[in-house]
Amino acid sequence: MEWFNTIIIMLDATLRVATPLLFAALAGMFSERAGVVDISLEGKMLASAFAAAAASSVTGSVWCGLLAGIATSVFFALIHGFACITHRGDQVVSGVAINILVAGLTVTLGRYWFQQGGQTPQLKDAERFKPIEFPFAQELADVPVIGHVYSELLSGHNILVYLAFALVPLSAWVLYRTRFGLRLRAVGENPSAVDTAGISVTWLRYRGVLICGVLCGFAGAYLSTALTGGFIANMTAGKGFMALAALIFGKWRPVPVMLACLLFGFLDAAAVRLQGVEIADGVAIPVELINAAPYILTVFLLAGFIGKAIAPKAVGTPYVKER
Amino acid sequence: MNQSMPNWVNYALIPVINVLLAFLVSAIVFVMIDINPIEAAEVMIKGAFGSEGLGYTLYYTTNLIFTGLAVSVAFHAGLFNIGGEGQAYLGGLGVVLVCLGFGDQLPLFILMPLCILGAAFFGAAWAFIPAYLQAKRGSHIVITTIMFNFLASSLMVYLLVNVMKDPRQMAPVSSAIPEASQLPSFQDMMAAIGVSIGSSPLNLSFFFALIACVLVWIYVWHTRWGYELRSVGFNRNAAQYAGISHVKVIVVTMMISGALSGMMGINEVQGVSHQLKLDFVAGYGFTGIAVALMGRNHPIGVILASLLFGGLYQGGSDLAFDFENVDREIVVVIQGLVILFSGALEHMLRPQIVKIPMLYAKLRASNNQNGSAEA
Repeated sequence: MEWFNTIIIMLDATLRVATPLLFAALAGMFSERAGVVDISLEGKMLASAFAAAAASSVTGSVWCGLLAGIATSVFFALIHGFACITHRGDQVVSGVAINILVAGLTVTLGRYWFQQGGQTPQLKDAERFKPIEFPFAQELADVPVIGHVYSELLSGHNILVYLAFALVPLSAWVLYRTRFGLRLRAVGENPSAVDTAGISVTWLRYRGVLICGVLCGFAGAYLSTALTGGFIANMTAGKGFMALAALIFGKWRPVPVMLACLLFGFLDAAAVRLQGVEIADGVAIPVELINAAPYILTVFLLAGFIGKAIAPKAVGTPYVKER
Repeated sequence: MNQSMPNWVNYALIPVINVLLAFLVSAIVFVMIDINPIEAAEVMIKGAFGSEGLGYTLYYTTNLIFTGLAVSVAFHAGLFNIGGEGQAYLGGLGVVLVCLGFGDQLPLFILMPLCILGAAFFGAAWAFIPAYLQAKRGSHIVITTIMFNFLASSLMVYLLVNVMKDPRQMAPVSSAIPEASQLPSFQDMMAAIGVSIGSSPLNLSFFFALIACVLVWIYVWHTRWGYELRSVGFNRNAAQYAGISHVKVIVVTMMISGALSGMMGINEVQGVSHQLKLDFVAGYGFTGIAVALMGRNHPIGVILASLLFGGLYQGGSDLAFDFENVDREIVVVIQGLVILFSGALEHMLRPQIVKIPMLYAKLRASNNQNGSAEA
């Protein structure tokens, strides 16, 4: 049963790593489905991680932290919307600006407020999201296979992990089964048709960007108040871009996006596990190769070598009403 | 609307106002952290352009000219190359391979062009794949260049930890390049003609950067290839119709862009640290975007913007000395705001600014009419 335990532990780690990716990738999905490219997932996550840890540490309540994180992320989402939707600025440039701005602001403000070189203080127990034990998890732990899966893999995560995965069917429902979702998808494919139908392109895109902000807020708060106990400089370390890769790899659809996040999370868990392990005599798999795998896979997919990723048609182009 | 506007509004007034706006918001951030923005500006200007700091400022400027030019060239063809980080990283690898391979055997004047070729070749190669995929298979260059930044980072960690690591060192760094292959520093060059100046990392590669500016200017505005490049950037379909192959233009332009980014490695590796280090690119590739936006993608603008950002980098270090609880990261804030206001929000104030010269013209016209009526 040794290998089974190993698999369970790896899958457990997969869930933990995949959660922020999933929040951020779903966030990006709502923005890009509405026609607004968002490479500032990284920046919004980082801003939220900082705000959540700072507010949680100051107020002593993790929920205040979460709210602060979401509010901060939404603020930057609104800047992105203001630049890209209202003023029809370049969406990629705006995203780059937000990423850089946030990287500087978090450290500068953190250093001034907490005087710990840009970190927030270590969070106490009440200031963090705690694991939730499912009922009878302890008792069932010894039951082979099923009990193991139940108590080790499914139970014992914090509430944000469950929320992230609950958001997948919810997003699918919103996107494919509601009027709002239909319009959101339409505005990302053919905004002038939406405009002709008398629906505001601007307001629809703003709503897409706002949802993106809220979800990035969850992703950031998870990093600093659930996965770890505090903010450190640049703690997102490219997770926003990996979420972007997962979004593309999942072809802008909720369930495939979730699978992509799980795959990338699993690769990460495997990289940690395979560090220095030799598969044959003196031959180890380079950990860097596993770390790079998500990006390699995404490049291959984008090039159309494995399936075809087709972006929403109007993504990246500001809408200009004809006069 | 654009046609009716005088050039000085488009190329001088609007960019300057946008940058001032970015500085204004930066000043608010300074006030938020209890620093008087005017005092801070004084410290930064003195630190950056005083006799001690100027060498450092120009050393940062060198890096930024290379990465800024790289972004500019791609912009002219309608391509957004955010892969400067990765391309510069690979460029450093090219330099170090040439220096470690031939450093002992060849005189510096033969080695120097080889190093430039090495840096340019490795940077261009790293840009080639995204360019080819964009041109031939339609994958978006922004996304692929982002992915290639991460791939470059993984590749270099692998190489530095497993292949090129100097066994005598704890840190994952390559062996030092032979002394004969190092670029002469500015102070040595000045000492050779009898002038003594303070020590700084500034070296010969600063002139390479200036030469690159001239070459880019000639290439983009005064050659057939540059014409094709700008046509593709202006209207890809029209260019295609005129018989210009956009596949060729995209691939060549991106390779030039990658080569320019890669040459940043000459300054860092051959000029200053004399070995390959992890993460030596340290964000210069991204700052190049700010430089290109601020410099309006023109070599002269790029030089001026690089000087400004180089000054900010150096001045930011002085800020950390003079004020408590602030470090160079504050410069990153300013940089982000510049990209936001002169890039993403560049059209925000246009409707208001456009009115000024139009009002002026109207006023003159009506004055003239009145004048002629009276006469």
